[in-house]
Amino acid sequence: MRVLIPPPLHSYTGGVSIVPGTGATLAEVLDDLDTRYPGIRFRIIDEQDRIRPHIRFFVNAKMAAGIDQTVGPADDVQIICALSGG
Amino acid sequence: MSQTGQRSSRVTVMVGTRKGAFLFHGDPSRHQWRLDGPHFLGSIVYHLALDPRDGRTLLMAAGTGHLGPTIFRSIDWGRNWTEAGSPPAFPKAAAGAAGQDGNNKPRAVDHVFHLTPGHATQPGVWWASTSPPGLFRSEDGGATWKGIHGFNDGVVPEISHTIGPVPGGPIAHSVLVDPHDPAHLYVGISTGGIFESKDSGATWRPLNKGVAADFIPTPDPEYGHDPHCIVLHPTRPSRLYHQNHCGLYRLDRPGDTWERIGRNLPPEIGDIGFPIVVHPRDPDTVWVIPMDGTTVWPRTSVGGRPAVYRSADAGSSWERQDDGLPREHAWLTIKRQALSADACDPVGLYFGTTSGELWMSATQGDSWRLIAQHLPEIYSVSAGMVAV
Repeated sequence: MRVLIPPPLHSYTGGVSIVPGTGATLAEVLDDLDTRYPGIRFRIIDEQDRIRPHIRFFVNAKMAAGIDQTVGPADDVQIICALSGG
Repeated sequence: MSQTGQRSSRVTVMVGTRKGAFLFHGDPSRHQWRLDGPHFLGSIVYHLALDPRDGRTLLMAAGTGHLGPTIFRSIDWGRNWTEAGSPPAFPKAAAGAAGQDGNNKPRAVDHVFHLTPGHATQPGVWWASTSPPGLFRSEDGGATWKGIHGFNDGVVPEISHTIGPVPGGPIAHSVLVDPHDPAHLYVGISTGGIFESKDSGATWRPLNKGVAADFIPTPDPEYGHDPHCIVLHPTRPSRLYHQNHCGLYRLDRPGDTWERIGRNLPPEIGDIGFPIVVHPRDPDTVWVIPMDGTTVWPRTSVGGRPAVYRSADAGSSWERQDDGLPREHAWLTIKRQALSADACDPVGLYFGTTSGELWMSATQGDSWRLIAQHLPEIYSVSAGMVAV
């Protein structure tokens, strides 16, 4: 599985924009990411396990409704930061 | 001896902005300032605080438009930052549990608004307050944080019906630790009021007698007020001041009724504003920056003529201090955490504007000069004494 990391989170991945991921659900993928990149999960998922308001997850280019969504080893998971600057 | 009165220290002014943090390192005379920054360009930096117990630990409350809230820590003036391993967060709610965020959803911290070093006898202890209102404590220098149950699950649910639609979201702010008693705390909530604990946050009681709340239909409510900024005097902690949405107040404990000292400001100026700061050694001297609170609450310099007001008699009388500030056509807004005093003699004062100007006075407000402009919107200004 590939996980595409958006630029605002590159400080966690050492500047890497695509990292390998493992897990049967997005939640498990995030737990795995947080193990390797401590702190990354809380920046995109709140303490109630909700995706933060300006973050979206896409699995194979289809938007995920929540982190319970199942994923497979051949999937592409893309984390998107919606526009919220200004 | 330098004019600071502290031979081996200098001032660093820590500025939190909508787009990052900036550090201004002063020379011993506070005449020249060296800018270091931006740190975390693009991040929203709500507050920075220096630990006076060691003079070098710096905590920063940050977030971005996209990413959740966190706290960064530096012990080398920003050369390196370490993120909190466990930032302030509310407990995970049980499935189906009723929420407490005003929308009946389980609470999540939107941002950390305020940071306060703990008592001098408790090294490593820090306090943080948040939006939505929450109070958190760290015992390891800001690396990990735990919620204060008596506040987050006691005070906040009880007053939740009063927590109104505050611009930027409802916040807990002004966490004050009594220098004479580490268990004695005050916290302000906008809106909600001022609350006091004498048992390290286990239990709380409202402390709002005498404070106006003209936006609440109930006369003289016990809570629901809108304190903007609360301060206590470090050498006489029984003396508190606070700038409220509805006026300017002083309280001398053990009394529990606030006196509206803002009535002594010129009526044409009024006593509405956000920040307030005390003289570090004189409990009777305090500074405020009145802003227009009329009509639709523009919250800009009254008449477009910015001025700081100083009282040297605990609020009985006030002196206008505007030498060096723009004389007209200056519609400045100064947020509640954007006014600070250093510990020098004479005291230095610093304030930042939402239009990105950083002003300072090395003469206790008698004259002002601009030390930076074109910064992003300034959220907070904190002057720290740095050992050299």
